[in-house]
Amino acid sequence: MSKLIISLSPHVHGGDSVQKNMYGVCIALVPALLASLFFFGLGAAIVLATSVLACVLFEWLIAKFLLKRSRCTICDGSAVLTGLLLGFNLPSNLPVWIIIIGALVAIGVGKMTFGGLGCNPFNPALVGRVFLLISFPVQMTTWPEPGQLTALGTDAVTGATPLGLIAEGKFDELAQLSPSDMLFGNVGGSLGEVSALCLLLGLLFMLWKKIITWHIPVSILGTVAVFTGILYLVNPTEDYNPLTHLLCGGLILGACYMATDYVTSPMTHKGQLIYGVCIGFLTVVIRLWGAYPEGMSFAILIMNAFTPLINNYCKPKRFGEVAKKGGSK
Amino acid sequence: MKTFRIGGVHPAENKLSAGSPIREAALPKQAVFSMFQHIGAPAKPVVKKGDEVKVGTMLGEAGGFVSAPIFSSVSGKVSKVDVALDASGTRRMAVYVDVEGDEWEESIDRSTDLVKLSDHPELDSKAIVEKVKNAGIVGLGGATFPCHVKLCPPPGQKAECVIINAVECEPYLTADHSLMLEHAEEILEGVECIMKAVSVTRGYVGIENNKPDAIALLTEKAQSHPNIEIVPLKVKYPQGGEKQLIDAVIGRQVPAPPAIPINVGAVVQNVGTAYAIYQAVLKNRPLVDRVITVTGKSVKNPSNLLARLGTPFQQLIDECGGLPEDTGKIIGGGPMMGKALVSLEVPMTKGSSGLLIMNEKEARRSEPDPCIRCAKCVSACPMGLEPYLLATTSAQHDWETAEREDIVSCIECGSCQFTCPSHRPLLDNIRLGKGTVMGIIRSRAAAAQKK
Amino acid sequence: MNVILIAVIVLGGIGLIAAVILFLASKKFAVHEDPRIAQVAEVLPQANCGGCGYPGCSGFAAACVKAADGGSLGELNCAPGGNAVMEQVAGILGLQASASAPKVAVVRCNGSCEARPRVVEYDGTRSCRIQQMTGNGETACGYGCLGGGDCVEACKFGAISINPATGLAEVDEAKCTACGACAKACPRGIIEIRPAGPKGRRMVVLCNNKDKGAIANKACKSACIGCGKCVKTCEKFEAITLENNLAWIDPDKCKMCRKCEEACPKGAIVGFNFPPRKPRAEAPADAAQPAKSVENVKANTNNAAATPAKEAQEEATKQ
Repeated sequence: MSKLIISLSPHVHGGDSVQKNMYGVCIALVPALLASLFFFGLGAAIVLATSVLACVLFEWLIAKFLLKRSRCTICDGSAVLTGLLLGFNLPSNLPVWIIIIGALVAIGVGKMTFGGLGCNPFNPALVGRVFLLISFPVQMTTWPEPGQLTALGTDAVTGATPLGLIAEGKFDELAQLSPSDMLFGNVGGSLGEVSALCLLLGLLFMLWKKIITWHIPVSILGTVAVFTGILYLVNPTEDYNPLTHLLCGGLILGACYMATDYVTSPMTHKGQLIYGVCIGFLTVVIRLWGAYPEGMSFAILIMNAFTPLINNYCKPKRFGEVAKKGGSK
Repeated sequence: MKTFRIGGVHPAENKLSAGSPIREAALPKQAVFSMFQHIGAPAKPVVKKGDEVKVGTMLGEAGGFVSAPIFSSVSGKVSKVDVALDASGTRRMAVYVDVEGDEWEESIDRSTDLVKLSDHPELDSKAIVEKVKNAGIVGLGGATFPCHVKLCPPPGQKAECVIINAVECEPYLTADHSLMLEHAEEILEGVECIMKAVSVTRGYVGIENNKPDAIALLTEKAQSHPNIEIVPLKVKYPQGGEKQLIDAVIGRQVPAPPAIPINVGAVVQNVGTAYAIYQAVLKNRPLVDRVITVTGKSVKNPSNLLARLGTPFQQLIDECGGLPEDTGKIIGGGPMMGKALVSLEVPMTKGSSGLLIMNEKEARRSEPDPCIRCAKCVSACPMGLEPYLLATTSAQHDWETAEREDIVSCIECGSCQFTCPSHRPLLDNIRLGKGTVMGIIRSRAAAAQKK
Repeated sequence: MNVILIAVIVLGGIGLIAAVILFLASKKFAVHEDPRIAQVAEVLPQANCGGCGYPGCSGFAAACVKAADGGSLGELNCAPGGNAVMEQVAGILGLQASASAPKVAVVRCNGSCEARPRVVEYDGTRSCRIQQMTGNGETACGYGCLGGGDCVEACKFGAISINPATGLAEVDEAKCTACGACAKACPRGIIEIRPAGPKGRRMVVLCNNKDKGAIANKACKSACIGCGKCVKTCEKFEAITLENNLAWIDPDKCKMCRKCEEACPKGAIVGFNFPPRKPRAEAPADAAQPAKSVENVKANTNNAAATPAKEAQEEATKQ
């Protein structure tokens, strides 16, 4: 027998790990991934593969040569997840070099400059996405029509997204899209944002595996539904239709996978609800009255900035607080 | 099903020795009695080298009000009064007794007949507390707080009910479970004693529903004790924490320290303590032995042993098939809150509820990853604290923030570290912070008193 | 043209208004501070080590100025700066500095990995204070250096480090300012701030073990076992006291004769910064080889005060 080991309690561990959580989210994204391949074909595969590989590679290079860390962090799955989410936020005909720049910004600027996993104030995938959106507005808002499985780059026939139609005021075109198309993803848009159903399947998986709690997705979706619902009741035109707002654009992708990012979301359930409601509200405001047709990314990034503040003010209810107020002493 | 309201985790139960009957362990050749078997002032040795002692002879008298006397659990000769390694890993004063035969003090009633409290009307509240005090009984759940102190509510506080902790939420441990199955009636008499001592008419026994046989047996036996209610509880760790148990059973939450359970009218005692109180009050038997679970995945024969205090752990392991080859860690107590032992020469004390042997693979901690702020520790904390924050502030020696964030409320249950996906040593740092902050608070209070 | 003019006027106007507001604010909210505080703070090392007991160097400067108004700097001393800085401070405040003897931190543990075998393995957070909570630490000695590096973390001057070969904390005397941060950080109180001694020479008992001899001996080969031989050797000067099975040398009384070092059967007493001992006169062959370490040559060497030391050694062997 070798030497006895000593340490403080607890001496057992629940067996949860960072990898399990990160790869759990990746598994939850599989249905949406399949849907994107189904609708966008080869282009989607290229975008996703490039994005994931570039993110992992940049993380490894930065950790090894810039930060000189001995421990390899790419196995924890966070870079893979960032890559997947970044890819899901891009149109399927985006040139490869732009994707690589996006990955560099996402991992390099969004994550590693702050010290790597756990230290970044903003969601890295969204930092990359917003950087690309501002730097390459034309490429980033040219959406191929779904169903062109082998068309690459500029060959693809492009069209507008439902939210783009709203922003441009083309309501008659919008009316041609049926809710079921939007639900299954048979519309234009970024890779991951088109199929609401697949994304919701993934959400159920994450809730079942207890990777996330319901608070953030439900509060975001609920706020958007209620807010646009009120507007629709006041002024029942197509641009306020709650169903379109819920099913279109990156709302579900953002609410379920981006806003729920552990690192950049608040710690307590109360804080998470406040965060979710604010994101929902900001999203609708940007969509309806802002310059961009889609507001999810900006809303999440803005609320990421408020997360430390929310953490500071939303404390969990301490044990015994009830009794204190009751004055049983 | 009742349970406490905030946080909690569910570790794998691993109750390997459940259902195995209590076995009496053999007498040791030499028994070592630490004078530090309880929280509070250590006992003072009252014997010297060469003294003859019997089972039940006092070896050390209580060193103050918050203290307890220590009795010999064997008969023989005192070989020395010297320091001995104890479970905390440090050397402290102890009495060594070389065992000869097994003679008991005559005042002790060793028969197994059930004695009922109702047959002894002369035992009033004061007499019971006095008997408990003189029998050296401490909290046998592991905290080892001297029992009589809890039975004397501070002035102005009135107990309303007695809650018996039969939860045994620690994985692996089954000592209380087996005790309940074999001594249900005695335990209930013990509960009556406690209730009479603090003059209340309501008693609860909280049992987690992973012990349905114990719940059924006690419920049946409790029919002749109309004041005692058996409360089945949902399995959740740390339900055996005093504050969590009160919340689970009567739905009241003890406020933050320095408040104690009596502030919400509850007196909590462990089920093993109730049995010891029965023996002390109605059988005149001081605390000389207890049930201990010797267990572990590699242990040949996990069992519940009735062992004399002062028996070296080595002997207890030998009784259960010897120390396995792949032993990595030996834990006194359960895996969530127990203490890792540095050696097997350590003797058993009043607080030894279990001896858990872990193999090397189980025992080693994983390399910590960075905190991913997943907030699972916040959800798991049964005290509604933010462990990630407390651990960071402690590691940074930011004691003011730690105090403001109520670090002293931490009950060190380990749920945060258990649940952390990054395997961070949260509780290591929180313990450091809690200890330091409590020191700061104490010195501040002392300074305020001087003024 | 007009546009440029308007732009210049508007911007200039804004600038002017802002300047006026700033000027007024700086007058209105000016905080008066004794200019001497800034002067004193300037000569301080600005390490903010807290060794003086004040919150940082500016706090110490304020305390100095306050004390100077009272007439004397008293006990105030900046350990890192030493006498030179205190003289400067006194000069600024128009006072005389009282010289204090230079001090240094001493790690009173000599239980290297070899002398003090590891009996268990600690598998937790690398911190002495947390390790201390698990009991004795990795060795059987409950008093020795844990090697977790709390002192290293506490030292603002990079003067203390854990030697990987011995597992012990080591002080770099050139960098040590005797601020005492390490002594405070050590949960076992091993580190002592001692006068550095003349030419940096000093005698120290490098052990903190208060267990009885047999237990201490079992735990560590170089532990003080409280045998008291050193106390006897030092009867003349009474510099060594034995308390709780542990010898301690009073630096004020020690005459640096180094007899205790020879008397100690465990090698727990060590002299710092002494020149290598001259070998015996009878063995001139050895004289050519300068001794590398004090311990190596201790057994068969002798110094200038040969006779009493020899006697002491003989006495020790008799016992």
